[in-house]
Amino acid sequence: MAKIIFIQPDGAQQVVQAEPGWTVMEAAKKEQIRGIEAECGGACACATCHVYVDDAWREKVGKPAEMEEDMLDFAFEVKDSSRLSCQIKVTAELDGLVLRVPDKQF
Amino acid sequence: MAHAHAADVSVAGVPIETDCVIIGAGPVGLFAVFQLGLLDIKAHLIDILDKPGGQCAELYPEKPIYDIPALPIVTGQGLTEALMAQIKPFAPTFHLGERIDELARQPDGRFRLATDDGKVFLTKVVVIAAGGGSFTPKRPPMEGIEAYEGKSVYYAVRRMEDFRGRDVLIVGGGDSALDWTLNLAPIAKSLALMHRRDEFRGAPHSVEQMRGLVRDGKVQLLIGQLGKVHGSNGQLEGVTVKLKDGEKQLPVNRLLPFFGLTMKLGPVANWGLNLHENLITVDTEKFETSEKRIFAVGDINTYPGKLKLILSGFHEVALMAQAAHRIVHPDKKLTFQYTTSSSSLQKKLGVK
Repeated sequence: MAKIIFIQPDGAQQVVQAEPGWTVMEAAKKEQIRGIEAECGGACACATCHVYVDDAWREKVGKPAEMEEDMLDFAFEVKDSSRLSCQIKVTAELDGLVLRVPDKQF
Repeated sequence: MAHAHAADVSVAGVPIETDCVIIGAGPVGLFAVFQLGLLDIKAHLIDILDKPGGQCAELYPEKPIYDIPALPIVTGQGLTEALMAQIKPFAPTFHLGERIDELARQPDGRFRLATDDGKVFLTKVVVIAAGGGSFTPKRPPMEGIEAYEGKSVYYAVRRMEDFRGRDVLIVGGGDSALDWTLNLAPIAKSLALMHRRDEFRGAPHSVEQMRGLVRDGKVQLLIGQLGKVHGSNGQLEGVTVKLKDGEKQLPVNRLLPFFGLTMKLGPVANWGLNLHENLITVDTEKFETSEKRIFAVGDINTYPGKLKLILSGFHEVALMAQAAHRIVHPDKKLTFQYTTSSSSLQKKLGVK
């Protein structure tokens, strides 16, 4: 299991235990993390599971693929650290990952 | 949004009379045509999207689905195409790019439905198969933007005249943003296109044309994101944008944001149906709502044990059709038959 920490815009923190192989979005939905909507269910088709990856983790998490980069056009307040959580696969390496939830997903 | 073809517009004041109107042309709405068709019930389908298939077509046309009975793997597009082929014998009428805005019961028990395009239906039965709701343009979460919508902020261009002689800001990187940049540049007083990165998803030749206009000084290209809207009484006077080198206020009076679509329950919420957490409550015998003759099937309904699966929707429409038959053909006796062996059903399906 890998531990993933979600930080809300108001600073509230939630820790989720995620099984390697899941997507971060699935782990977030299972624990009903506020602000992760995932309207399309993980098809990389809606940009409502947008998160900011903590700077310390950006290299390990990696950059978005082309399709995800295109879909990020539909997100609001996109930053260099932006990812769609349905496109991040949980691995043992990501144990302790810190993600910030944006103010709004639209 | 696509506009209706002249041929299927109800002539002013003359409604389209039919047995059944199905709201939503996703997989469940499409299969409803089949089940109703077997029972001699003619249907019209209305969908806000410009194509049938609903979420399957809009959100995941290329993505595989693994839980459709007897199809180990099928894409959203593949499923839509197969359903379209399956319902072809029943020749349903599609009204695409339209949304049912009004529903009112008539003294004779039928319903009068009106679309946002002014088309009117008179129908004996209504089937709501609207899935996650109506696909609606995403509203950028900018404070107070609602006050400007339809007056100086638009999510689609319905009348180009609204932009003539205006200072226009278009935001987005897909075909809508590019197409309207190309089309409005000649009539706008000034036009700026803003996108969060200097790469565009739209058709390559549109990107090329846009870059040409930028070179000729006819379009200003900005790499950045939306900040705040300024103005009063719905009239936009400026937009603060966040560019790489800081914030800037653009003196624009028209804003066109293109951030894709999201699903909203929409007008269904105003029809007096019992709802539970934005879903329509139905019985599990007929899938009828709290209003007689109005049925709800697929992802938009809820009942004890409900699963939002396409296969559940398929089951629901089969039972709904039996109940609809009693309403549409009250004098006809309904005998249960199999398509495999019934000559009468095979005739309807065009089997030779």
